[in-house]
Amino acid sequence: MREFDYRRADDVTGAVALLDADPDARYLGGGTNLVDLMKNGVETPARLVDVRSLPLDRIEAGDDGSVRIGATVTNSDLAAHPLIRDHYPALTQAVLAGASGQLRNMATVGGNLLQRTRCGYFTDITRPCNKREPGSGCPAIEGEHHNHAVLGASEHCVAVHPSDMGVALTAFDAVVSWRTADGAGEAPLNDFYLPVGDTPHRETVLPAGALITHVTLPPARVAARSRYRKVRERASYAFAIGSVAAALEVADGVVCDARLALGAVASRPWRARLAERILVGAPATPEYFTAAADAELAAARPLPHNGYKVTLLRNLVVAVLTELAEETSR
Amino acid sequence: MTPPTSSSTVTLNINGEKHTLTVDHRTTLLDALRDRLDLTGTKKGCDHGQCGACTVLVDGRRTVSCLQLAVASEDRDITTVEGVAEGDRLHPVQQAFLDLDGFQCGYCTPGQICSAVAVIEEHAAGWPSAVTADVRPEAGPPPLTTEEIKERMSGNLCRCGAYGQIAQAVARAAAEASTEKLTEETAV
Repeated sequence: MREFDYRRADDVTGAVALLDADPDARYLGGGTNLVDLMKNGVETPARLVDVRSLPLDRIEAGDDGSVRIGATVTNSDLAAHPLIRDHYPALTQAVLAGASGQLRNMATVGGNLLQRTRCGYFTDITRPCNKREPGSGCPAIEGEHHNHAVLGASEHCVAVHPSDMGVALTAFDAVVSWRTADGAGEAPLNDFYLPVGDTPHRETVLPAGALITHVTLPPARVAARSRYRKVRERASYAFAIGSVAAALEVADGVVCDARLALGAVASRPWRARLAERILVGAPATPEYFTAAADAELAAARPLPHNGYKVTLLRNLVVAVLTELAEETSR
Repeated sequence: MTPPTSSSTVTLNINGEKHTLTVDHRTTLLDALRDRLDLTGTKKGCDHGQCGACTVLVDGRRTVSCLQLAVASEDRDITTVEGVAEGDRLHPVQQAFLDLDGFQCGYCTPGQICSAVAVIEEHAAGWPSAVTADVRPEAGPPPLTTEEIKERMSGNLCRCGAYGQIAQAVARAAAEASTEKLTEETAV
């Protein structure tokens, strides 16, 4: 590991100043991804700015029913918070479906959104990878890609975003806020991640040196009846091979509001807007749920070894929506 | 800004004792415990946060010490497996692991024990888990079934496969803790 300077920041302005938009410096949150990537040699920062002592560790309800989540709130505290469990249960479920109890105690909300892909070529510095080393190539396309993207990928990168939390936040229209030396900025999570295109190394719209300060969940009545379901290769403590965050509101057998996002299918949490449009106003039956899932997944371009994901996601969407519809009608 | 340095002098509060040492910033809490402070109860397994062998408690929360930098651990209360007992009286989790054979080779055991101590507290605080059917607060805390214990302990791998006995040991220690709490409450 490269030697590095270490600074602990006491306030947001100080943290931003300490990082100084230096491309060779990184903010340190829980470190569960960054420290690991430093051990692997993927990340080689010259300076770490520790942001864990910043006063960004609170979850607060807004007057309008929104919820503001500080960037250094840990995954554990987010999942256990009564407001989240009550109004956005799929977010609690998504967080609890990720990592382990130990990692959830360390990991932070800001870091979760900025964590890097677990693609084996990205984390192995002896292999080419366009995300890690632009222009070096993508061995996954011809190689090991059974858990890679089926939506929104490009010939330059087929890696998936590993977050569970992000899938639920995307479904619920979360807004990411940040600070730079020039001031504050924000973007809906749906627009936060950049398209892969030929620049897979550029992942988000964050300006240089930006520090995520908080994530805001707008009020959404539909989110109170929501669910996150994750499929993985073992029962616990593994990344998803496919996941769904869904919320559904049904009146007289007809869907009046729906939220749907898919995980482990793309370089970002995938908001299924096409499916949502088909669902709203349609009868809340498995036939229509299937039609909505198929419409969303029609854009899928699977590789030779990950075509199973299309079927898996479709079945997952139908199953989760059917469960939610049954709950609603009870 | 002061010039960059690659090491710092830190004071770590471990098992109630303060230790001041100069650490290379690259040193993990795990390596500081084992190599600098001779607290070798905490074990190094994968060194990548995937096995749980290095689990310690930081401010009461279970943490994998292999991904926690020592320099970032100042001003935190750290408890290792050496610190969970009260003098000669084993922690109920330690006693249950002994009584119910919650291990075979023992390498993962310190991490399992630290994790279990925290699992019992997390459950007592009402935290749901990934297998909790209804996470809404009004549903109340789920009973600590074997399924709940297995999910909550899934961050600790046991290559010998002593999982059955580990789950039993955690269940017994949790039951003792809740009985003790009940007795204390009744006494008050």
